[in-house]
Formats: sequence, C-alpha cells, structure tokens
Amino acid sequence: MTRITYIEHNGTEHVIDANNGESVMEAAINNLVPGIDADCGGACSCGTCHVFVDEAWVQAVGEPGEFEEPMLDINPERSANSRLSCQIDISDELDGLVVRLPEFQF
Amino acid sequence: MPDVTDQRTKPSRSLVGRDPWTTPLDEIDLAHPGIWQANEFLPYLARLRRDAPVHYCADSPLGPYWSVMKYKDIMTMEAAPHIYSSEPTIGIVDVIPEFTLPMFIAMDPPKHEEQRKTVQGVVAPANLKNLEGLIRQRVIAILDKLPKDEPFNWVDLVSRDLTTQMLATLFDFPFEDRHKLTYWSDVATAIPGAGLIDSYEEGFEILKECLAYFSRLWQERAGREPGSDLISMLAHGEATRNMPPREFLGNLILLIVGGNDTTRNSISGGVLALNENPQEYQKLRDNPALIPSMVSEIIRWQTPLAYMRRTAKVDTELGGKTIRAGDKVLMWYASANRDADAIDNPDEFIIDRPRARQHLSFGFGIHRCMGNRLAEMQLRILWEEISQRFDKVEVVGEPTRIYSSFVKGYTDLPVIIRSSAVKGQ
Repeated sequence: MTRITYIEHNGTEHVIDANNGESVMEAAINNLVPGIDADCGGACSCGTCHVFVDEAWVQAVGEPGEFEEPMLDINPERSANSRLSCQIDISDELDGLVVRLPEFQF
Repeated sequence: MPDVTDQRTKPSRSLVGRDPWTTPLDEIDLAHPGIWQANEFLPYLARLRRDAPVHYCADSPLGPYWSVMKYKDIMTMEAAPHIYSSEPTIGIVDVIPEFTLPMFIAMDPPKHEEQRKTVQGVVAPANLKNLEGLIRQRVIAILDKLPKDEPFNWVDLVSRDLTTQMLATLFDFPFEDRHKLTYWSDVATAIPGAGLIDSYEEGFEILKECLAYFSRLWQERAGREPGSDLISMLAHGEATRNMPPREFLGNLILLIVGGNDTTRNSISGGVLALNENPQEYQKLRDNPALIPSMVSEIIRWQTPLAYMRRTAKVDTELGGKTIRAGDKVLMWYASANRDADAIDNPDEFIIDRPRARQHLSFGFGIHRCMGNRLAEMQLRILWEEISQRFDKVEVVGEPTRIYSSFVKGYTDLPVIIRSSAVKGQ
C-alpha cells in the first residue's frame, strides 16, 4: 500500500492507503476524498481531476504527458506543479505523496 | 395507360412512423429532424448502437456522413483533435464561406486554445461565485410571478427568460434589449423554412445587426478599464483585441448560442423528466440535497445538443470501419448518453445515480463545454428555489419539440402550479 495525502483547499487533510497501479484520481474517488470530480472517468479528457503536486514530489511524479498538456493549458488555474491526477499512476516510489486540491474544478 | 413511374414518389427521408428495428440500415438518415421532433429517436439510436455503431449514411440531402453511436468511440474521437478536426464547422451543414463565422468551437489547436483562454475566465467557478446572488434574485423574481391554478408555457415564462437574463449578465448587455440575444441565437441555429428564417442569406443579414450592436458595445468597453464581462474580455484580451469583425461576431454567437438554448432546454427537460418519473420527483421532495446530482442527471437525460461534427484529417479506423480523410463524422452524444456499456440503466432517470457527472452532454477533451459549471449553477439555484416554493410543477399537456436533430429541446411545455402545491399555504 502507498500512502497519499490529499489536502483540500480549506486545509482538510485526507490520508489514504492506495493500491499500486491505481491512479491518484482513482484512489481519491474510491476513498471519497472530495474535490476531484473526474467527469471523464480517467480518460485525460475533462480536466476535472486537477491537483497541485507538492514541491517535494514534483520530480518523482514527473511532467504532464503529451495529451495531458492541452487539457491543463486551458485550465485558468494551471500552475507549474499542476497535473491531472488520472495520469499519475501510484507506485512504491510515490509513497508519502502529497497533493493539494484546487478550490474549484472547471 | 398512366406512366407508373410518375406515380412513384421519392420516399420521404423522414423515419417517422417507420419501424426502427426493421428499417434497412442504409435507409436510416439519423440527421433528418423528423424522428427528433416526433420523439421517436431513442429506438433508432439503440438499433444503430447494436447493428451499426459506426454507421455510414451514403445518401443524405446534406451529403454522406458517419454516425458514431458508442460512448467509448466518441471518447476516442474527442481525445484526438489531430485526427478529427473541428474545422471548418461542427455542424452537419457544410459551410458556405460567405455565410461562415469563424469561432473557436470550430478551430483546432493551437488557435483554439489561444482564443478559448481569453474568454473562459468569465465562466470560471471563481467568477460564478460572484454571480450566484444575482442569479438567485432573478430566479426568485421569475418564480414569484408565476400564475397559480392556470396552465402556462414553462418554456416561455421560465426557461427562456431565465437563460436570456443570464446571458445579458455575462455580456453586461443592456437589460432592456436582452430579448435580442435570444433572437440572434435562435437565428444562428435555425434551419431555414422551419419558422424563423427562410434562408441562410436572410439569417446572415439579421446577424449583421447583431455585429453592429456588439461593435458599438466593443468600442465602449475597449475605451474603458478592463471589466469582467465577456465583451470587455474580448476587447482587452491579447489574443482577441485585434480580432477581425467576422471572428468577433463568430465568437460572440458561439457564446450566446452556447449558453442559450442548451440551458433553456435543460430547464424545461428537468420538469418533464421529473413528471415522467414521479418516484424520482418524490425523492427530490424528500431530499433536496440531491439537487446537484439531479442537475447532472437532467443534463444527461436531456442531452441538449444531440451531436457534434468532426471532419477526418487523415484516413483512420474506428469501430472496425475505415474513415477516409475529408469524411464528415457525427458524434451522437444523445446515443452515448444511453449506452449501457458506459452507463448503468441509461434509459432510467435516476437523480442520485452514482457518477452522475460522467455523461457526454458537455462533450469531452479540449472542446469540452466551458460553460458547464454556469449551466449547472443556474439549474441548481432554480431547483433550490422551486423546492422551497412548490411541491409540484405539474406537466398538463404534451410538450412540443423543436424541429432539429442538433438542438434537442422544447418550444412548449404546458404546466400548472396548483395553489395546493404551494408551500407554506
């Protein structure tokens, strides 16, 4: 199990034990973490699973993919450490990952 | 002896009254408005999903075209704008350049993103928070004026006016002229001969008045400090401030149309869906906390825009078929939203279904409706205020549907609010 912390915009923390192979989005949905909508179900096609990766984890998580980038590009709140959480696959390397949730999904 | 061939009439392309399960596949022209207005379209969608999920209509008055019926195949298309282009148009009618308005819904990357990014701030949730109070005020004013114990047309008294007021707010459009927004939007999507315009030429002349009016507003706003209304954003935004007039008009029409009959028809559709499913209406009464989820379900059930069109840029394969470069391909959202392979019990209206937001009414991908949160907010506020006032908005007659295979909506929805249904009496 891999430990992931989701911090809501209002500061509420959710610490989840997730399965390797799941996406960060799926782990949130499966554990009823509020603030991620995932309207397209993980197809990199809606932008509503947007998260801000904590500074300390940006390198481990990596850059947005080729199809992820245009979806992030049209998000007005996009920042340098933005990712679509449906595109981040959980593995042992991400044990302890911290992501922050935006106030709104678009 | 009379010539038999004189008495043979060309078969009507309308499928109305025919059997959806035995009509030969090559006689199905799904884009013909007949079955959509007659409310006979659902079995045709099911038939094609089963027998021809990627279906070619070789012979139509609007040229040959593909129909894509399955949720997963449409998702494939939405994720591939480099294969399935939105240029030159996202409607089935092939555009005539003189009557074409450039708009970012019909653009591909990178120009699409450059233009979209300029305006989407106006419907960003952070901005919507500021509009919530005003929307609620408007909803209350409309609901409190509704007649009791006499039938009225919900479309006219609620759906249309509420939506128009919202548009006027987004544009900071002179409130007393707001009916012009609805009129121009309806002209922009009208089929000639269906009651509003007689020809595309006539429509285009009318839209020139729209351009003149907005150009005046543009001049005013360009001369002021940037504001948070749409016109100001276009007039000041780097990617849009030097926009040629036709492109300005095109993007204006896009934003007016985008937020006009779609929201209007979801407002009407919700009343109809609840009346057709009284056990769901009871669920709503028992638990108004279900409103946000109900709003998504209404939008799925109604699917206000039945399809969007793409044009293949290269030869490609989809659902086992070969699509050639240049082919016209329609993504039938109205079908995907009833696809049992993607959505459980898709033909049932269930206001608290799990994953209610997973539907295709807003599309997906880079063109996903940028007004989606605004639409949802309008519907949510409306139903919050209805729930506080009326136990039941009762449909008392058959709705009249629009003659269109693109716009799925209503011109008439006869309803009544009985005084016995008014709360607090």
